[in-house]
Amino acid sequence: MNGMGRRGLLFGGAAAGAGVLLAGCTSNESNDGDGDGDTGANNQAANNDEPGPAVTIGFAGPQADHGWLNAINEEARRRADEYEDVTLEITEGSNDTAQQIGQIESLVNSGVDVLVVLPADGRSLTQAALSAMNAGIPVINLDRVFDTPQAYRCWIGGDNYGMGLNAGHYIGERLKDVDGAKVVELSGPDNLELTVQRTQGFDDALANYPNIEKVARQAADFTVESGQSVMSGLLQAQPEFHAIWNHDDDQGVGAERAIDQAGRDEFFMVGGAGSLHAMEQIQADNGVLKATVLYPPTMAASAIDLARAVGQAKGVGGLAEFEIPSSITLYSAVVTKDNVEQYLPTGFN
Amino acid sequence: MTTGATQEPTSTASLDKASPPGEPPQTSHADAASNGRPKLVLGKLFDLHTVSLLGVLAVLCLIGGITQGDKFLTTSNLQLVLVQASVIGVVTVGMTFVMIGGGIDLSVGAIVALASVWCTTVATQDFGIGGIIFCALAVGLGCGLVNGVLISYGPMVPFVATLAMMVSARGLALEITGGSTQMVTVDSVLDLGRRDSYIFGIPPLVIMFAVITVLGWVLLNRTTFGRRTVAIGGNPEAARLAGIAVKRQRLMLYALSGLCCGIAAFMLVVLSGSGQNTNGNLYELNAIAAAIIGGTLLTGGRGTIIGSVLGVMVFTTITNLFVLNNLESAFQQIATGAIIVAAVLLQRRSASQQP
Repeated sequence: MNGMGRRGLLFGGAAAGAGVLLAGCTSNESNDGDGDGDTGANNQAANNDEPGPAVTIGFAGPQADHGWLNAINEEARRRADEYEDVTLEITEGSNDTAQQIGQIESLVNSGVDVLVVLPADGRSLTQAALSAMNAGIPVINLDRVFDTPQAYRCWIGGDNYGMGLNAGHYIGERLKDVDGAKVVELSGPDNLELTVQRTQGFDDALANYPNIEKVARQAADFTVESGQSVMSGLLQAQPEFHAIWNHDDDQGVGAERAIDQAGRDEFFMVGGAGSLHAMEQIQADNGVLKATVLYPPTMAASAIDLARAVGQAKGVGGLAEFEIPSSITLYSAVVTKDNVEQYLPTGFN
Repeated sequence: MTTGATQEPTSTASLDKASPPGEPPQTSHADAASNGRPKLVLGKLFDLHTVSLLGVLAVLCLIGGITQGDKFLTTSNLQLVLVQASVIGVVTVGMTFVMIGGGIDLSVGAIVALASVWCTTVATQDFGIGGIIFCALAVGLGCGLVNGVLISYGPMVPFVATLAMMVSARGLALEITGGSTQMVTVDSVLDLGRRDSYIFGIPPLVIMFAVITVLGWVLLNRTTFGRRTVAIGGNPEAARLAGIAVKRQRLMLYALSGLCCGIAAFMLVVLSGSGQNTNGNLYELNAIAAAIIGGTLLTGGRGTIIGSVLGVMVFTTITNLFVLNNLESAFQQIATGAIIVAAVLLQRRSASQQP
C-alpha cells in the first residue's frame, strides 16, 4: 500500500506538471509580434459615410468552424465598429437549424431594425426569415440563399460558377499555346451544390480552349487532411500535367504538402477562396501556387453596409437608385502575383 | 494476482458468452490462445480472418494491376498507400484494444483533432519538435485517461462517455484554433514527411506505424495486459471473479487508445504540415470498420492486431484504386460499405465452420 501511495504521488506530480506545461501551450499569440493581427482590415471607404439615424443590426450566422466563416464574423464586426450609428447584435454561431431559428426569433423580439442572416442551410431557415420580413424587419440574406425572394430584402453572396469560370479562363490563357495541355481538378465535396457549380464553371471555361484536356477530377472535403490525401493520389495517378485548380485554399494547404512531399513542380496551381496563406504563397512566388480565385469574406462587411443603408432608407453610394438592389453577386477576382498586394488585407486565416 | 489463476475461468466464461442463442458456438483462436497453448500461436497469426483479408487485398491488387498497372504496381505507390494508412492505422491499433476489452471509443477522431491543434499552436511550436511531440502525446493520453476514469469509476457506458469526449474535444479544438488552419513552421517536423527522410525507401511515418503495430501485437499476445484485455472483453464478471482489476484494466485500455490518438495526431501534423480542428474527421467510424472487418467482435473478447491493420490496408487500397482510376467518390463510399458487409458475412461463415 505504501508503495502504491508513493507511486501514485509520483505519477500525480508528473501529471500535474505535464498539465501546467500543456496549459501554457494553447496560446496562439506570436511572441515576435508578426502574428495574425489585423488581417481582414479593408480600407475601402464605407458608403454613405455621413452618420445617419441609429440602426441596430442583428447578425446570425453558422458556427465559425473554418477560416472563411471565421472571417465572415470578423468582417461584420469590424465594419459595424466603423459606424458610430450602427449597433451590432451578433449571436453565437450555430450549425443547428432549430437553434438558428431560435436566434433569429430572439433577435426579432429584441427589436433589431435590420437582420443579416447567413443561414447554416438556406432552405430550412426560409420560414424564420419570412416571418421576420412579415414582422416588418428587412432581412439581408448573406451568401447561402433562402428558398424564396420573399424571405429577403436583399441577397448578397459569392459566385461559385464564376469562381470556376475565372479559374478556367486564367488557366486557359496561360496554357493556350501548349499543345495537348493536361489539367487536373481537385474539387470540394461532391454533395454540395456549390461544388457542382464551381466544376460547371470550370468546365465551361475550359471548353473555350480545345487544346486543353481535363484528365482527372477528384473530390476532397475542404479539410487539410483530405487535401493531402487526395492530392497525393492524384499526383500518383497523373505522372505529368500542366495545371491544377483546387476549389478551396484550406484543403490547398494539404495539397501543397502532398506536392512538396512528392517533389513535383512541373505544373502550376490555382487555388480558391483567398486565404491569407495562399496569398502569401502567391506573393513569395516560390512554389506551384500562382493564383487564387476569390470568394471574398468581405461580403459580410458589405452586408452590414447594406443593412445600414436599408435601416436609414438610403441607396448605395455610387449607384443612381434611391434603394439598395435586391440582389448582389460578387465578382470572383483572380489574385496573382501582380495584384496580390491589393487583396492581401482581405486574406483570412 | 497471478496470471495462471485468471486464465482458466476466464476463457470458459468467454466461451459461454461468445455463443449467443440461436447461433453456432464461436470458438476462436483468441480464446484458445488465452488457454496458454503455444502451438496455436502461428495459427493465430494466420487465422481464417487474416487469410480472407489477405485474399481481399490480393484481389484489390490484381484489380489495380489490371486497370492501372504502370501506376499501381510501383514503389512510389506502395509508399503512398502505406503512408496514407499509417495515421488511421495507429488509431485503429488503439481502437482494437478497446474493442477487444468490450468497449468502444467514439472520441478518437476528436482526440486526434484536439491533439493536432494543441501541438501546433504558436506557443507549442516555440519548443520545437520536442514540444510538439510531448504536447500531442500528453493531450492524447490525457483525454484517454478522462475517458477511462469516466467509464471505470463514473461509471458511464463507454458509448456515452466517449461521445461526450468526442463533442467536447472537437469544441475545445475549435476554441483553440478559432476555425483557422495552424501552419507548422518547425522544419524538422516538415522534413519528416519529405522524400529525403525516407530510410531505405521507407517513409518515417510508415516506420512509426510498423513499430506501433509490432508493439501492439506483443502487448496483446505476449503480456498479462493482453490476456486480461481479452478476459474482461469476453466476460467482465468472470474476469472480476478471477481476480482481475476490471476497472483499472478498462481505464488503461482507454488511456492506451488516447495515447495512440496522440501519436496519430503527431503523424498527421507531419503529413499535413498543419493543425486543423477538422482533422481526424470520421476516424472513429473508419477505425471501428477496419477493426470489424479485421475480425474484432463489437461485443468484445476477440480480435487481432494484424486483422485490424489489414482492414486499414484494404480501405486505403480501395481509396488509392479509386483515385488512380479517377472514379467518383460516391462510388467509393458504396464500395466501402459493400466490402464491410461482405467481410463480416465471410467471417461469420468462416467462424461457424471452425471446430
